Amino acid sequence: MRVNFTVNGRKQEADDVWEGESLLYVLRERMGLPGSKNACEQGECGSCTVRLDGVPVCSCLVAAGQAEGRAVVTVEGLAEFAKQRAEHGGCASGACGDTKGTSLQDAQQWQSKPTDSQTGEGVELSPIQQAFIDAGAVQCGFCTPGLLVAADEMLEHNPSPTDADIREALSGNLCRCTGYEKILDAVRLAAARQERQGEAV
Amino acid sequence: MDFLRPASWEEALAAKAEHPTAVPIAGGTDVMVEINFDHRRPEYLLDLNRIGELGEWEVGQDTVRLGASVPYTKIMENLRTELPGLALASHTVASPQIRNRGGVGGNLGTASPAGDAHPALLAADCEVEVESVRGSRRIPIDDFYTGVKRNALAPDELIRAVHIKKADGPQQYSKVGTRNAMVIAVCAFGLALHPETRTVRTGIGSAAPTPVRATAAEEFLNAALEEGGFWDNGKIITPSVAKQFADLCSAACNPIDDVRGTASYRRHAVGIMARRTLTWTWESYRGGAASTKGSVA
Ligand SMILES: Cc1cc2nc3c(=O)[nH]c(=O)nc-3n(C[C@H](O)[C@H](O)[C@H](O)COP(=O)(O)OP(=O)(O)OC[C@H]3O[C@@H](n4cnc5c(N)ncnc54)[C@H](O)[C@@H]3O)c2cc1C
Ligand code: FES
Ligand code: FES
Repeated sequence: MRVNFTVNGRKQEADDVWEGESLLYVLRERMGLPGSKNACEQGECGSCTVRLDGVPVCSCLVAAGQAEGRAVVTVEGLAEFAKQRAEHGGCASGACGDTKGTSLQDAQQWQSKPTDSQTGEGVELSPIQQAFIDAGAVQCGFCTPGLLVAADEMLEHNPSPTDADIREALSGNLCRCTGYEKILDAVRLAAARQERQGEAV
Repeated sequence: MDFLRPASWEEALAAKAEHPTAVPIAGGTDVMVEINFDHRRPEYLLDLNRIGELGEWEVGQDTVRLGASVPYTKIMENLRTELPGLALASHTVASPQIRNRGGVGGNLGTASPAGDAHPALLAADCEVEVESVRGSRRIPIDDFYTGVKRNALAPDELIRAVHIKKADGPQQYSKVGTRNAMVIAVCAFGLALHPETRTVRTGIGSAAPTPVRATAAEEFLNAALEEGGFWDNGKIITPSVAKQFADLCSAACNPIDDVRGTASYRRHAVGIMARRTLTWTWESYRGGAASTKGSVA
């Protein structure tokens, strides 16, 4: 079957999709977007986390056909997504005025600019990505894309999270390397930078 | 495999009537695991995501009509007051990503004895609204679970909504697992006080072939509370009554040994959870009673 959907702000068409195929498989094997990782295929690890109409989900548990007509953001599109959100006061499309977060409408309306590389290369990193690097939160990196998408979404609607909030928001993402401390540091760092930037504006 | 994508409830019913073997897929958090691991190769997948009304809920006079696909996250965010037991249970399900997709309709469809919605639904009391092209019917929750991972649905029926009694008193949910997130219950316990009818209802998860109520324990406690005038005087429930209640809850279990725990551990843990949730809810009831009546000894 054919699936039409939006990936990182661009209309896409996937052909010859098997009816039982996951969104994760389509992204990785058909769209050439291997950022979302396939580790467990059973919702346990979160390394395949993407946003589906703005909502963080395990893409391994979404049937490809369920993504028809919907908007997906993967780690490859995260930097551009975060940039547009910052430019438009908290929403990626600029349609939501001063309300925080990404509504369904915003998620669907967001368009990447034609100059952007779809794979995310050559784009300046999003604040959460930079914070992961600066805090040393990346070791083997396998869990990182899912954590970035989940953490970015949390900071979108909860700009000053408590440690408990961070743990809760990231409880669906497993990391086998870091012991999580540096990941918590990274999210705190991103939150602090975001706050400072908010004050500066 | 065929991917059926009905745009309305009527279309979904027609599709299910035409293809009774079609597997409905809502959040996909059970179905996709089975497909990914090749445990299931359905001839038809019936996608319910395009049917908007399944994701909606209505708060009525006495009940909440919860659409089958309302995700757990929405229950936690929006129905904490009306459905406190189910909101607490929802919060223990898996992880944010899973709670953003999975919901009560899927939990009922799978009908696993470990499903977290079940003890809360049993304790609150509800009816499952199911429909086929033949018509609509409401299945009382007590009649819904018919065996291990079996429910009362006919092959051509779909779950449309669950009509859950709004809380008229404190409710609690408790679950035993190895960590906080991403844990299938070793066993679980839901308890609801219903001051309006002066009754208590329970729900036990993962400790019998199906989710069950501890009816003997409920009857004992209802009688003990009535006899002692507890609903009016708001006194602390005596330890012997609490212990008897807990023992009867343990006795309602019919558990197995498996990788998650032994039968005797499950029985023991259910007793502990029964006593604790009774204490918590009763304290909260007494607190509430004290604040409305002015003083309670
Ligand atoms: C990593 C992980 C952790 C989990 N942890 C928990 C946990 O802690 N507690 C828990 O209870 N569950 C847990 N689950 C199981 C699952 O998330 C729940 O059972 C959830 O409620 C399923 O909802 P869904 O919408 O995703 O169902 P789906 O997968 O879409 O469907 C589940 C079943 O219900 C049927 N169905 C769905 N909707 C309808 C309908 N409207 N009418 C008729 N049949 C229908 C489907 O055909 C299927 O048989 C976990 C799953 C995963 C992957
Ligand atoms: S690959 Fe999807 S959660 Fe692990
Ligand atoms: S960095 Fe290796 S799994 Fe997290």
